[in-house]
Amino acid sequence: MISLDWYLIVAAALFVIGLFGVLSRKNAVAILMGVELMLNAVNINLLAFWRYRAPTEPVGMAFAIIVFAVAAAEVAVGLALFIAVYRRFNSVVADDINLMKW
Amino acid sequence: MTAMQIVFILTAVVTLFAAFRVVTTPNMIHAALWLIVALFGVAVFYILLSASFLAVAQVIVYIGAIAILMMFVIMLTRREMRDRGPQTGPQWKWAAILSALLFGGLVWMVESMALPAAPVGDVPESSIADLGKALVSPNGFVIPFEVASVLLLAALIGAVYVAWTRRNS
Amino acid sequence: MPTTTLLWLLPVFPLVAFALIVLFTNRNKALSHTLAVGAAFLSWLGAMVIFVRALQIGPEALAEHPIDSWVNWLPTGDGFLKIGVMLDPLTAAVLFFVAWTILMIFVYSIGYHNFGQPEGDHDKKGLPPHGATIVDEHGHKHVVPSVEPMYSRFFAYIGLFAFGMYLLAVSDNLLTLFVGWEIMGLCSYLLIGFWFAKPSARAAGIKAFMTTRVGDVFMLLGIAYLYKATGTLSFQDIFKPEMLHALANVDSGVLGLSAAGLIGLLLFIGTVGKSAQWPLHVWLPDAMEGPTPVSAMIHAATMVSAGVYMVIRMFPLLKAGSANEAFLSPLVVMAFIGAFTALFAATIAVAQNDIKRVLAYSTISQLGYMIAALGAGSYVAATFHLITHAFFKALLFLGSGSVIHGMEHGVLHTGNHDVDPQDMFNMGGLAKKMPITFWTFLIGGFALSGFPVLTAGFWSKDEILSSAFLGGHPVVFWTLAVAAFLTAFYTMRQITLTFLGEPRTKEAEHAQETPWTMTVPLMVLAFFAVTAGWVGIPETFPGLGGLLPNWFHHWVGATYETLLEEAHLVGEMAEGHSLVPLMTSLTVSLGGLFLGWLTYKDVKSPDPATDPLKRWLGPVHTVLQNKYYFDELYQVIFIRPAAWFAEVFTFRWVDRGAIDGTIHAIARAVFDAGKALAYGFDLPVISGAGDLIGNTVRSFGRAFRVVQTGRVQDYMVAAMTSVVAFGALVYYLLVFAH
Repeated sequence: MISLDWYLIVAAALFVIGLFGVLSRKNAVAILMGVELMLNAVNINLLAFWRYRAPTEPVGMAFAIIVFAVAAAEVAVGLALFIAVYRRFNSVVADDINLMKW
Repeated sequence: MTAMQIVFILTAVVTLFAAFRVVTTPNMIHAALWLIVALFGVAVFYILLSASFLAVAQVIVYIGAIAILMMFVIMLTRREMRDRGPQTGPQWKWAAILSALLFGGLVWMVESMALPAAPVGDVPESSIADLGKALVSPNGFVIPFEVASVLLLAALIGAVYVAWTRRNS
Repeated sequence: MPTTTLLWLLPVFPLVAFALIVLFTNRNKALSHTLAVGAAFLSWLGAMVIFVRALQIGPEALAEHPIDSWVNWLPTGDGFLKIGVMLDPLTAAVLFFVAWTILMIFVYSIGYHNFGQPEGDHDKKGLPPHGATIVDEHGHKHVVPSVEPMYSRFFAYIGLFAFGMYLLAVSDNLLTLFVGWEIMGLCSYLLIGFWFAKPSARAAGIKAFMTTRVGDVFMLLGIAYLYKATGTLSFQDIFKPEMLHALANVDSGVLGLSAAGLIGLLLFIGTVGKSAQWPLHVWLPDAMEGPTPVSAMIHAATMVSAGVYMVIRMFPLLKAGSANEAFLSPLVVMAFIGAFTALFAATIAVAQNDIKRVLAYSTISQLGYMIAALGAGSYVAATFHLITHAFFKALLFLGSGSVIHGMEHGVLHTGNHDVDPQDMFNMGGLAKKMPITFWTFLIGGFALSGFPVLTAGFWSKDEILSSAFLGGHPVVFWTLAVAAFLTAFYTMRQITLTFLGEPRTKEAEHAQETPWTMTVPLMVLAFFAVTAGWVGIPETFPGLGGLLPNWFHHWVGATYETLLEEAHLVGEMAEGHSLVPLMTSLTVSLGGLFLGWLTYKDVKSPDPATDPLKRWLGPVHTVLQNKYYFDELYQVIFIRPAAWFAEVFTFRWVDRGAIDGTIHAIARAVFDAGKALAYGFDLPVISGAGDLIGNTVRSFGRAFRVVQTGRVQDYMVAAMTSVVAFGALVYYLLVFAH
C-alpha cells in the first residue's frame, strides 16, 4: 500500500523544485511557473492528508478547491503585471526590473 | 509491489522530472509544455487519491486556463528573450542549497512522524455531492467560497486594469 | 541784623554772584558784572558794618569774647567737624582791607576788560582780545581795544575767589580756613590760566596749582596732627593756655620738636607754598600770565595774604612750638626763610624788564618781610605790613594794568604787534600821557619803598625792622635792610623807565589814559596807601610819636595779648627805642630811590641790553635775570623725574606693560584655550562624534545596501532561508525542547 509519507515526500520534492525555480529563474513567467508547482505540491499534500486521515469529510477537497481558485487569480494578476512591466521595460527578466536597487 | 505502487512511482518520476525540466530548460515554450506535463502528473495523483473531481478541475483550470495563459504571456513577451544566455540568475547556487536543505529537512520531518500507512477509510460515494453541499452551506464553506469568488472578481478587474493599454485613452 | 549773620553772609554774596553768572547770565556782560560788583559791594558794606561794630565793642572785650557762630558739618566718630565764623580784632582788621581791595579790583575789572568796546575782529575765547577795527564818521579806520570774549566768565571766577577769601577771613576753625584756602587755590588755577588758548598761561596755571599744592599737603598734615592731638580745630579751643602748654610739652618725635612745633612747622610749609616763599616761589612770577586784576587779586589783596594771615592767626601755636630750643623750631625757620626770600626776590626783581614781573618778585620779597617779622616774634608788625602791602601792592598792580592798557592802545594804533606792551624798555614818558596812573603809581611805589612818613609802607616796614632789631635778631635785621634798599632801587628803576623821560617807542607815544572805571579804584587805593600807615605810628617815634595813639598796635595786639601772657609766651623785647632801625630805614629807602632814579634817568633806547645794571654786574645780571635758574633746577630735579615716572614707569611699564600685559596675556590665554578647545576638543570630539555617528551609519548603510539588489529573487532567497531557519528552530523547540 502506498503510505502517506510517499505522497508527502513527492509533494515535498515538487515543492522544493518549484522553490528552486522561483529563486533561480530569470524570466518572470518561469518564476510564476515555479509558484504553480509549489501550489500544486501543497494541493497534493492537502489531499493526501484528507484521504488518509478524514476521507468522509469534504473539508479537504473544499480546501483544495479554494487553493485552485486563489492560484488562478494570482496567476492572472501576475501575468497582467508582467504584461504591464513588459510594456514599460521591454523585458520580463527579473534581474532587469531592479528599480528598487540602491 | 502492487499495481498502485507502480503507477504511483511512475507518475512520481514523470511529474518530478517534468517539474525539473520546467525549472531548468532555457526555452520558455518548452518550460510551459513541461509544466503542462507536470500538471497532468499531479492530476493523476489526484485520481490516485480518489479526488476525481479535483483531478478534472486540475486539468480544466490549471492546464486549460493557467498554463495556456502562461503560454500566451510567453508569446507576448518574447521580444528580448530568445533563448539566449543562462536562464538562471546569479544566486541559483544559494537557491539550490536552500532547496536541498529544505528537502532534506522535510523528508526527515516526515520520516520522524508516525504516519498512517493506509487510509483510514474509504471515500463515500457521495463525496462530490457532499463537497457541493459543503461549498454552499452556511454551516460549511460558503464564506470561503464566496470570498474566493470575490477574489476572482478582484483579480479579474485588477488584471484588466493593470494590463490595459494606456495609449490615447 | 546780628553780627554773626553778617559774618555768615559776607562769603555768601560773591558765591551767589558766581552761581548766578555761571548758570544764567553768562551771555549778558552788563548783568554779569553788575551781579559781581553788586555782590562785592554788599560784602564790602557788611564788612564795614562789622568793622564799625567791632570798634564799638572795643579790642579787649572782642579779644576776650570773640563773636562766634558755628554749625556741625561732617560727623566723625565721636563728634563733628564744624563750619563756623568768628569776629575778633584780627578778623576785623583783615576784613577791612580784604573788602576794600576786592571791591576796587572788581570795579577795575570792568574797565580792564574793555566793557563797552566793540567785539574784536577775530577774537577767540581763550586768547586775549586783539582789537577791533571801527570806521569813524570820516571813513578812517581805527583799531580800538576790543571787549574780552570771556567777560562774564572772569567775573564768575573772581566772584568765587572772593568767596574763598571771605570764607577764610571769617572762619573760626582751621577746617573752614582750609576750605577757603583750597577754593582760592582752584581759582588761582582758573584765573592764571584764564586765557587758556595760550600754552604759557596753561602751564602757569598748572604750575601755580601744583606748587601751592605741595605746600597744602604739608599743611593738611599739620591740621590732621593738630586734630589728632587736640580733638578740635576751632581757634577758640586751641588758643587756650592749657591747650598750648599741653601741645608744647608733648614730644612729636620728629627732630626734637614738640607737637606744637611740628604742627606749626607743617602749617608754615603751607604758607611757604601759598605765599610764594623760597623754595616754593616759582609759581608766582609765572602767574603774571593771568589778566592784571587777577594778579592784583591773587598776589596783593587776597591769596598770598591768606598764607600770611594763617600764620598770623596761628601765631600763639607757633610761639608755643618754638619754646624749646629745637633745631627747626617754627619761628626760627620762618625768620630764616622770610629774610632769605626777601633778599633773594629783591635781587631778582632788579634785573626784570617786564613791568608785572618786577611787581611779582616784589610781592615775594614783601611777603618775606612779613614772615620774617613773624619769625622775629612780632605778629602785630606782620599784620600791619600785610594790610598796608595789600593796599599799595594792589594799587601798583592795577596801575601796571593801566599802563599796559595804555601801551596796548599805542600798539593797536601803530599796528606793530611785535612790540611787547609789558616791557618797560618800550615805555618811557608815560607820566605826561597817563597822569592819573602816573601819580597813583608813584604813591604806590613810594609806599613800597618805604618813603618816610607820607606813605603807609614806611610805617609798617619800620615796625618790622624795629621789632627785628629790638627782638635780638641782627641777621634778620640787616638782611631786611639790604632788601629794603634793593626794593627802593628797583621800584624807582621801574617808575623811571616807565613814566619818566621821553617815550622810547612809537607805541609809548600813542599811549592813552584809561577810563574812569580803572582810574577811580587807583585813586581810592592811593588814598589808603598814604593814610593806612598813620593808624600805626609808634609812640616812641621822634616827633610824630604820641600825636596819634598807636591805635593799630593796640587793636591787633589785643587779639593775643592776654593769651600770650597767660601762656608765658611773651618774647623778650629790648626796652626803649633805638634810632638804629629808623636811621637804617630812612637811609635805605631814600638812598635806593635816588640811586634808582640816577641810574635810569638817561636810558634812551628800547633795547634791554642797554640796561646800565648789565654793564655793572655783567654775568651776575644774567643770573639774576634768569632767576638764579631755579626753574631750570626744579625742572631737572622734580619735573623731569616726575614726567619720566609718569610716562615711562607708570604708563609704559606698569599700565601698558604690566596691567595691559596681564590683560592681554589673559586674553591670549583665553583665546588660545578657546582655540584649543575648538580645534582640540570641539572639532574632533564633539563634531567628530557627530560625524562618526553619521559616517558609521553611512558605512553601515553602504555595507548593508548590497542587500538591496532590487531583484525580487534575492529577497525571496533571503526570505526563504529565514523561513527555513525559523521553522527548524520552532520545530526543534516544539518537538524536542520539553
